[in-house]
Amino acid sequence: MTSQTSTDAFTDTRGHVPPVMATRGLNVYYGDFHAVDDVNLDFNRREVTALIGPSGCGKSTVLRSLNRMNDLIPSARIEGEVTYHGQNIYQPKIDPIEVRRRIGMVFQKPNPFPKSIFDNVAYGPRVTKMKVDSMSDLVEQSLRRAALWDEVKDNLKGSAFGLSGGQQQRLCIARAIATSPDVILLDEPCSALDPIATAAIEDLMTDLKQEYTQIIVTHNMQQAARISDTTAFFTAGLDQDNGKRIGRLVEYNDTSTIFNNPAEKSTEDYVSGRFG
Amino acid sequence: MMSTRAEKASTAARDTTRRIAMGKRSGIWKEELFKYVLILCIVIAFVTLLALIIHSAWLGRSRLDLNLITQMPSTLDPETSGMQSAIWGTVILMVGVLVTVVPLGISAAVYLEEYADTERWWNRFIELNIQNLAAVPSIVFGILGLAYVVREGFAFGPVAYAGSLTLAMLVLPTVILASREALKAVPDSIRQASYGMGATRWQTVWHQVLPVAVPGMITGTILAMSRAIGETAPLLLVGATTFVTFNPDSAFSGAYTAIPVQIFQWASRPQPEFRELAAAGVILLIAVLLIMNSAAIWLRNRYSRYDL
Repeated sequence: MTSQTSTDAFTDTRGHVPPVMATRGLNVYYGDFHAVDDVNLDFNRREVTALIGPSGCGKSTVLRSLNRMNDLIPSARIEGEVTYHGQNIYQPKIDPIEVRRRIGMVFQKPNPFPKSIFDNVAYGPRVTKMKVDSMSDLVEQSLRRAALWDEVKDNLKGSAFGLSGGQQQRLCIARAIATSPDVILLDEPCSALDPIATAAIEDLMTDLKQEYTQIIVTHNMQQAARISDTTAFFTAGLDQDNGKRIGRLVEYNDTSTIFNNPAEKSTEDYVSGRFG
Repeated sequence: MMSTRAEKASTAARDTTRRIAMGKRSGIWKEELFKYVLILCIVIAFVTLLALIIHSAWLGRSRLDLNLITQMPSTLDPETSGMQSAIWGTVILMVGVLVTVVPLGISAAVYLEEYADTERWWNRFIELNIQNLAAVPSIVFGILGLAYVVREGFAFGPVAYAGSLTLAMLVLPTVILASREALKAVPDSIRQASYGMGATRWQTVWHQVLPVAVPGMITGTILAMSRAIGETAPLLLVGATTFVTFNPDSAFSGAYTAIPVQIFQWASRPQPEFRELAAAGVILLIAVLLIMNSAAIWLRNRYSRYDL
């Protein structure tokens, strides 16, 4: 039964190899509020998927349901399936801690721990009890992959708060990849950064494509166009039942199609800056 | 038509600019008045405190000597009488309060802030009661201690730890409330980041939340201890003796007294020599309080190395 459902969940809508993650009939509620309605998405291996849309359309909610961060909000409730390599991560026997170890997250505001740069990166491997030959090698490797090593190598014991905003965000990415996840979720990672720091993060995301599947929520249309392979456009509509605001997936396709030849009028209006 | 509207707008703008430039904002005198009322409040509080301290210091000046610390109390020789037994009593009492109240208070605060689902009625019930307990008069805790710590329940008898436990109950709500405030002040982004790394709730609390909250918790605990150290009424009920000429054997045996109890006993005697002793005792108590509070500040600065 389970395997049957999983196979169905993996019939990819766009003819790719089985996606790393997928959602099927995903609905998210906060108490009585129906935040996201019936989202079906596939996230392909080593691609960047951008979730775009106006504020309140539920894109961050979808992102946070992909590694069960919504579990931390007591009133949040999920219907439908989110699969990771074919496994529904919302099955009762699945440990959300285990899910988050494989699906890392980078947040909107850089949020390093109030510890040293070294300890920030080493935290994940330590708490997940990863078998590590040399922690300092792992920290160096992670910082190098996050393009931060050269800037901090002489100050690993210094406080993470001494770094600039852009450096802090790259530290958060280094921290996320230190546990070798295969998916990284990024929730508007550049919204608190200046254009130069933003460019650095975008370059980094492009590099990281070689190893990781990345899913990014962004308000910046150019950013989505620059770095993503596929784009999902969400918008806030009105619920038929009660007239309240509800987030819906409008269109999901290759980024070039979404930006140059969208199927829906509202997508075209949004990406061309006519609303939102 | 258009031009008149534009003119009106520019006139209004000029008016505003002029008013701001000349400092003639409406209601500015209210702001000034409010400021002076606030300053007056501070002055009243400060002058009262200062007057009390100066009065006590002046009254007890002749007895602020080593005898006060090294000698036992005496009813015969007020000239050389000291309060060694009371100082020891207070030290033992406070150690007892500390080892009791810190684990209980911090655990309760961590449960309520990090684990409890505040939607549940029992958690709200606990919260409400803790807030109410903080306002209960100390004598009530004295009666509670007499009934359930000294005589029945724990049935320790009138020993120092019975006093400690009673004082611990008295200040526990304060410690819990202060610790909860310290936990609330920890930015949620830190918890999110920790959970996002795959940390468990325990790891998040232990490695991320507690280290940030510790300075606030220390401050709250020391303030609570400062309250406990000056309490007299509940101690009189649970068996602190007003006149002991020897140090307590241990926390669990023997008679004990405490600095405020000793001051109370001296102050109620008619002879002026004992009044002086009481005043000197007050100064000693304030000095101990100051040392404790300085320790709190030092510890707080020491543990908050990374600024948030």
